[in-house]
Amino acid sequence: MCLGVPGEVIEIQVDGRGRAAVGEVEMAVNLHLTPEAKIGDFVMVHAGTALEVMNTAAAEASIKLLGELSEREARAETLFADIETSAAQLDATTIMEVCGTHTTAIARSDIRARLPRNIDLISGPGCPVCVTPPGEIDMAIDLALSGRATIATFGDMLHVPGSRGSLESARVDGADVVVVYGPEQALELARGREGEVVFLGVGFETTAPLIAGAVKDADRSRLTNFSALVMHRLVPPALTALLSDPDSAIDGLLCPGHVSTVIGVAPYEPIARDFGVASVIAGFEPLDVLEATTMLVAKMARGEGGVGNQYARAVKYEGSRKAQELINEVFEVVDGSWRGVGIIPDSALALRGEWGRFDARRRFELEMHEVPEPPGCRCGEILGGRAKPLECPLWGHSCLPQTPVGPCMVSSEGSCRAAYIYG
Amino acid sequence: MGSGEKLRMGHGSGGRLTAELIDGFFGAGFEPGELDDAATVSLGQERFAFTTDSFVVDPLFFPGGDIGRLAVFGTVNDLAAQGAEPAYLSLAVVGSEGFELDLLRRIMGSVSEAAVEAGVRVVTGDTKVMEHSALRGVVLNTAGVGRLRDGAQISAGRVQAGDIVIVTGPLGDHEAAVLCHRYDFGLDGVKSDCASVAGAAAAVIGAVGQELRWMRDPTRGGLATVLNELASQIGASVEIVQSAVPVSPAVRDTADILGLDPLYLACEGRLVLVVSAQSADEAVAALQERGGCPQAIAVGRVNETGSARPRVELLTEFGGRRILRYLTADQQPRIC
Ligand code: SF4
Repeated sequence: MCLGVPGEVIEIQVDGRGRAAVGEVEMAVNLHLTPEAKIGDFVMVHAGTALEVMNTAAAEASIKLLGELSEREARAETLFADIETSAAQLDATTIMEVCGTHTTAIARSDIRARLPRNIDLISGPGCPVCVTPPGEIDMAIDLALSGRATIATFGDMLHVPGSRGSLESARVDGADVVVVYGPEQALELARGREGEVVFLGVGFETTAPLIAGAVKDADRSRLTNFSALVMHRLVPPALTALLSDPDSAIDGLLCPGHVSTVIGVAPYEPIARDFGVASVIAGFEPLDVLEATTMLVAKMARGEGGVGNQYARAVKYEGSRKAQELINEVFEVVDGSWRGVGIIPDSALALRGEWGRFDARRRFELEMHEVPEPPGCRCGEILGGRAKPLECPLWGHSCLPQTPVGPCMVSSEGSCRAAYIYG
Repeated sequence: MGSGEKLRMGHGSGGRLTAELIDGFFGAGFEPGELDDAATVSLGQERFAFTTDSFVVDPLFFPGGDIGRLAVFGTVNDLAAQGAEPAYLSLAVVGSEGFELDLLRRIMGSVSEAAVEAGVRVVTGDTKVMEHSALRGVVLNTAGVGRLRDGAQISAGRVQAGDIVIVTGPLGDHEAAVLCHRYDFGLDGVKSDCASVAGAAAAVIGAVGQELRWMRDPTRGGLATVLNELASQIGASVEIVQSAVPVSPAVRDTADILGLDPLYLACEGRLVLVVSAQSADEAVAALQERGGCPQAIAVGRVNETGSARPRVELLTEFGGRRILRYLTADQQPRIC
């Protein structure tokens, strides 16, 4: 769900910015969340912002390991063997990889095909843009088409359908929609023009502090033509909602690494305890996912609950205090509507009243119209491991990759889409 | 009234939308042949390849090249991939009112340098200016013609099961360089691979002749896209071995930062070739020794032709399989 790359800090400027080397590529990074970072430290970079200072020894070790193909292969073989051993002690077991980026890593290296038969990996809600309900996308599209603002967005959002097309189709109809790599570029866009710039605040906890930072930046530099249309969603409430269903078939969770970089390990603990699901926080290299799966299956074989952390190089127990504070300062928690799932209490963020002047909803008096979703979408059940895509009456009829109904069809790695494309 | 449909960015991306769009265009007077990047035409006894391409790139200047070099090599490479020896180009320039003449001079300087490098001559041209509101920057178009090399028979229809897929060097450098520049990433490693592939093509044709079945330059949409095009043309099932595909570390890093897949990133100085199994080693050797492609390597195989389920599959690191789909839109930086 949230891309992040480890970068070595190579330059720190007085204004809290700096540069980092991501492998052989140097890039500007915003260091406002990691004021303690020193030259030579590794930081986890998400959309141009350093989220956290990494455990340098672990980061270096992983980078080295990732370098050698033969070592990687050998390591993978060992892990597959360990999974076999643990799995032999288990009945049919369903593990949900919560995060779309895990799904992608799993699909890219086809880990699923090599797992023992009694271990079923199912894909979770995918990505934060896929769960944005059509009504909210419509709001952004209508604003873009009204010509009142330039929309700055991450590329992910461009193709997510509202009820009448997407931001991409709005652009075809003349709307000014600009794809940015990070908040810095959205702010720059606003500085460079007279007209209004609205930045779409999408993403989970990983991305929320970046949008919060951009709002504060805009405030500090007295930018009057910048605002954010905030549609952030939160992961733990969604997990709670999925697992609360008495029929939930989920036995274990692979928890999202970069969300956890921000929120830490603690928020998963009550979930793991209350629903009796073993959980492991996982990184994003195929080997990370494999290692986390090994840890999780071993945990379950031992009959042990609780939350493990495979991704300790980027996830501290307490998470990033700084990022959490920033989120709390700028946003408040509200109920959120999830595509195909419905309203989940306390699962979304909105700008606090004090920051109202940066709230595009207020500035442009936008109203969200709930778009009734065609009845019959079973995404909620599919996400809960209780139904398969083909059991949905809409699958392959009104719900198609070009005209998706639920997030499982929107997401490029969603279960319904995968079932359609791979047959 | 028409259908109300409109052009979308994806229609120019070289992917499936482009294919759908142009499919609907042809009428009397069109004779698109195999829909390769260049057409093969005859004049008297002589056979020629003939092609045209337009160039829109942001930024105009990027590490390793600029729009001028791109305009020359783009057309030269389409001809070369058809088995021709590129000879003559035309050049059309459409610029916006107010565009800096110094920049235009620099671009034309690159055109002339690149033409010399590629051994072609720009023999005719045209210039138009549009109002600033209608166009920002400059757009180039080149057309080119070249005589087909003796012994070359490049055609998707000749590809057979068992043939080997070869690439001439690391993939994705061009697009990674452009993206790095656009998003202001500093880079020591990433430079556009923008160059002529005519020498490489000549070396392979000279070495293995008709055992070379098909080749293309993997521009927009990269390796995955040209192989998908081949697969759907002839119902092929193609298999690529991930660990064999050369991608430079800097390109991989750039792709990781932006959430892109190097297999879909454009090259401007590479070829993808399909060669019969018995001549594959010879073709790789010729590319390495005489074609100026020290990193040429076999990356996969055609498993089947005439299949009802054409597809390109990637054998992943841990022994799994992944389908490489058509790119439906330009790749954009992502957060997830
Ligand atoms: S097929 Fe479509 S409507 Fe049915 S569950 Fe999947 S996403 Fe929802």
